[in-house]
Amino acid sequence: MSNANLEMGSHTETMVEGADCARKAAMALLAQASLQEMQQFWENWENKPSVETLRGPETGLVMVRGRIGGGGAAFNLGEATVTRATVRLGNGAVGHAYALGRSSKKVRLAAVFDAIWQGQDCRQSVEDKVLAPIARRLNKDLEGKRAETAATKVDFFTMVRGDD
Amino acid sequence: MYVAVKGGEAAIRNAHKLLADRRRGDRSVPAIGLDQIVEQLALAVDRVMAEGSLYDTELAALAVKQARGDMIEAIFLVRAYRTTLPRFGYTKPVETSQMAIERRISATFKDLPGGQLLGPTFDYTHRLLDPELAEDAPVDVPDQRVEAPEHMPRVMDILDQDGMIEADGIMPEGVQTGDLTREPLTFPLERDLRLQALARGDEGFLLGLAYSTQRGYARSHPFAGEIRIGEVEVELEVAELDFPLTLGRIRLTECQMVNQFKGSSKQSPQFTRGYGLVFGQSERKSMSMALCDRALRARELGEDITAAAQDEEFVISHSDNVQSTGFVEHLKLPHYVDFQAELDLVRRMRAEHESQNNQISEAAE
Repeated sequence: MSNANLEMGSHTETMVEGADCARKAAMALLAQASLQEMQQFWENWENKPSVETLRGPETGLVMVRGRIGGGGAAFNLGEATVTRATVRLGNGAVGHAYALGRSSKKVRLAAVFDAIWQGQDCRQSVEDKVLAPIARRLNKDLEGKRAETAATKVDFFTMVRGDD
Repeated sequence: MYVAVKGGEAAIRNAHKLLADRRRGDRSVPAIGLDQIVEQLALAVDRVMAEGSLYDTELAALAVKQARGDMIEAIFLVRAYRTTLPRFGYTKPVETSQMAIERRISATFKDLPGGQLLGPTFDYTHRLLDPELAEDAPVDVPDQRVEAPEHMPRVMDILDQDGMIEADGIMPEGVQTGDLTREPLTFPLERDLRLQALARGDEGFLLGLAYSTQRGYARSHPFAGEIRIGEVEVELEVAELDFPLTLGRIRLTECQMVNQFKGSSKQSPQFTRGYGLVFGQSERKSMSMALCDRALRARELGEDITAAAQDEEFVISHSDNVQSTGFVEHLKLPHYVDFQAELDLVRRMRAEHESQNNQISEAAE
C-alpha cells in the first residue's frame, strides 16, 4: 500500500495470513499492555538484547473513522492520540509498535518485544512470558465486564390480570 | 489616523496568577488528581473528548482541571492541543457490530436476541440526592451473572428483513470521505461531513434542536431502535507493515434512531434512520445527534424544509461550541475604536434628527 493511499485514508481490504496473522495478534496484545506490565516484563527478561531506537517514540494523531448507520460508508468521527516507535536489535531485527495514548516508554518496550518476537528462537519465550499474561489480564477484564453487564439484563415476565 | 494603544501587561499577568490561585482554591483541601477526574468524573471527561474531538482520557481530565470544570473551556483546550500534533493517518472504520457491550437497549423490540442490557445507567433512578455520597462510604461490588457469550445482532439487521427499513448509509461511488479538519466546509454537505460535525457538536445545542423535532418542528416520529455503549477495536494501516495494526480499544456510544417515512414517488413507504456515534459514554448526545442527522436528511429524502433542525447550514454552522464561544466571547475584548466610531455616528444622527424636528415644528408655526 502506498503512502499516498494511507494519507487519503483509502483502505483496501487486506487478508492477513500465516506469520503476519500471528505477528498482528502479538502486536495487538503489546499495544494493549500497560506501562507497568511492559516494565515488569522487560525487567524480568533474561539476556536483554542491545537496542537502537530508529524512530520516536513520537506521539501523533489518528483520525478514527466510523460507518454511516453503523455498517455503511466511512465518516470521520474524531481523532485519538497514538504513540509509535521503531527499534533495531543487535541481531538486526526491526520492531515496530503503535498504541493509543501517549506512553512513550511503554510503546518503545512494545517495539523491542515485537523485534524479539521475530527471532524464531525467542518467540516462544515472548509468547509465554509477555503475551500470555497480557492476554490473560485482558480476558479477565473482558469476562468480568461481560458478567457485570449480564447481571443488568432485563428478564421480562408477564403479569396476568384478572382471573376467570 | 489610527493610534495603537498598548497596556495592561501587568494586569494580565496578575489576572492569570489570580486565576491559578482560584483554580487551586482552599489549600487546606487536597488537590484533585487526574486519575480522580478520569475515574469519578468520567462522563465529564467523555464529553470533553467527544466535543474536543480527541480521544485521550488523561488529556481531557487535565483540560477539565485546568478549565476549573468549565466544559467548553476544556473542549477549547483540547482542540488547541490537537493542532500541535502530526497526523499519522486515518483508521479503518470501527465495527460497532463487534462492540464489547456494556449497555444495549432497544425501545422497539422487547425480546431481541442478546437481551436488553441496562448497564451503568441513570435511567430508573429516582433522582434524589444521595447524602451518603457526600461521605466516602464504601460501595458494593457489582453483581455478576456468568453466562455464555451471546451474539448481539444489530436491531437494524432484524428490521432489515422485507425492506421495512432503509439500509446503512452509502456514499456516491468514488467520493473521498470528507474531513472538516482538513478542508473548510462548503454547503451543501454530504452526510459523512455532517456526521463528523455533529459528532463534535455541542451537546446542548444538538439536544435543543433534537427536542424541537419532537415538538413538531420537522416532525419525524422517532423510536430509539438501538442504543449500545461499549468498546471497539481501532485498527490502522501503516506503510511499514503489510497488515492493519490494532492500536487499542476506545469506548463509544451508538444510537440508531428509527423514523417513519411516508415514501415518495420513487420510494415506497418504509422506516428511515438517523445515526449517532459519539466518543465515550454519551447517550443524550448520541440520541440528539441521531435525531439531527435524520432531520438534516430532508433534502435527500425530498421532505419540505420548514424547520431550523432541517437547515443544514444553520445547524452545522452553529453546532461547534468552540467556534460559537469564540465569536460570542470576542465581544468582551476591547472594541474601543469601533465603539468610538459608532458613538460619533449616533451623535450625528441625533443632531440631524433634532434639526429635522426643529424644521418641522418651525414650518408648523
